[in-house]
Amino acid sequence: MIANPATQRPDHERIVITGVGLAAPNGNSLSEFREALLNGRSGVSEYEIRYVGKTLAGVCNFDELRYQKKKELRRGTRAASVGIYCANEAVKDAGLDWPNVDKSMVGIYIGVTEHGNVETENEIYELRGFDYDTKFWSHHHNPRTVANNPAGEISLNMGITGPHYTVGAACAAGNAGLIQGAQMLRLGECDVAIAGGVSESVRTFGIFASFASQGALAAHAEPAKASRPFDTERNGIVVAEGGCLYILERLSDAKRRGAKIYGEVAGYAMNSDASDFVLPNPVRQAECVQLALRRARLKPQQVDIVSTHATGTSSGDVQECMALRSVFAGAESTWFNNAKSFIGHAMGAAGSLELGGNLPAFADGVCHPTINVDTLDPECALDGLVVNEAREKNRVDVILNNSFGMLGINSVVIVTRI
Amino acid sequence: MGPAEIKETILDILEGIAPDEDLSGLKDDVPLREQLELDSMDFLDIVMELRKRYRVQIPEDDYLELATMNSTVNYLTPLMKDLEKV
Repeated sequence: MIANPATQRPDHERIVITGVGLAAPNGNSLSEFREALLNGRSGVSEYEIRYVGKTLAGVCNFDELRYQKKKELRRGTRAASVGIYCANEAVKDAGLDWPNVDKSMVGIYIGVTEHGNVETENEIYELRGFDYDTKFWSHHHNPRTVANNPAGEISLNMGITGPHYTVGAACAAGNAGLIQGAQMLRLGECDVAIAGGVSESVRTFGIFASFASQGALAAHAEPAKASRPFDTERNGIVVAEGGCLYILERLSDAKRRGAKIYGEVAGYAMNSDASDFVLPNPVRQAECVQLALRRARLKPQQVDIVSTHATGTSSGDVQECMALRSVFAGAESTWFNNAKSFIGHAMGAAGSLELGGNLPAFADGVCHPTINVDTLDPECALDGLVVNEAREKNRVDVILNNSFGMLGINSVVIVTRI
Repeated sequence: MGPAEIKETILDILEGIAPDEDLSGLKDDVPLREQLELDSMDFLDIVMELRKRYRVQIPEDDYLELATMNSTVNYLTPLMKDLEKV
């Protein structure tokens, strides 16, 4: 049980989650995703992409035409399509009286790992058929590849006239988008924030090829077993696409309209390793976790679930475990899990999806596991790691969500029961 | 390619550009923009598709010729008379 730290702030400074919309390789709503996480259902399947050939990926199959016309799909990007689906689902889930919401006070803050690779690769591929004559280069290229595209298409689709932009933050982007939304609400820049992360990364061959060249692309005869953080046989990342966007509001506004509240964004932090392009730095990761805890006025032992970032690479998982051991030593009631083992690494969407998959724990008291751990790597042996089977925890009050990325970008979000 | 085939080609291109629209009742002498939800990017798509499929180059000054189906076919007939439909 926590002494609710956030109550020390007035309600208009407290930011709560009132809606969730998501698309994951193993579910197109929070309830479907949660069911998959509790029952060990993977979303990883065989996949083929130009130049790379046969590989594995987490691919989404949400109903694209639920909120978009065919023409919008043709003109826009996959990242935006994921975002439009998630944003509309989140608004619906939040129970907002959408026609009467002041759209000039809605902000859109979308975390992305990268944007434009898919569209540029496609265009160059097309251009090859015209002997690289740029007269055949599409006029859609620029609006598709501007960095704000995924957020901008949401604004067009939903008639939102408040601020929209993406937050480029490598694989920390899902948390970064959420943090940006909370900050903008506190600053009064918006009254409703649509915030989180999206990814279309499975549509670019470059990300697969680059991970392969780095020796960090997962392979396994059984697709569902390929993403296996913490296991001795892990051999890299399964690339995935997806999105998870939240409706964030001030607690005062949420209470006024009698909104369902998933939890409170009680603390967050971002920092930088400043040490390597790709190798993580456990000291900085631990500092990031500690900063988020301090801001949430929580002690490590008060955290019920830590949603780990671990991607299934040989060194990254070990480094994160080192960071977590240094912070959570002696925190006997803190449990750890991992959603990438189910869906692969959804890049810019990873942080927000992984947090989303844990939010129902406030209601059902269950911690979903990390799957595919046949032989636990001793260097990844965290006390409290929930392995292969979901575990009842009776009551969950605090969830801490890690999300780290290349160039040494670290992000941590803490959500508490309210 | 004669006027009838050129019209078929334009309709085929329009089906791709405006996939949500019913083109069956399209009037040949009424501006396309009055009958379909088309913006300037869509007209550029028509120009690009003609370029990609038939290597037909339409200068920007001539874009107004694409206003109606009739004006489009009339404009393209001399440019495409020696081309085979693909």
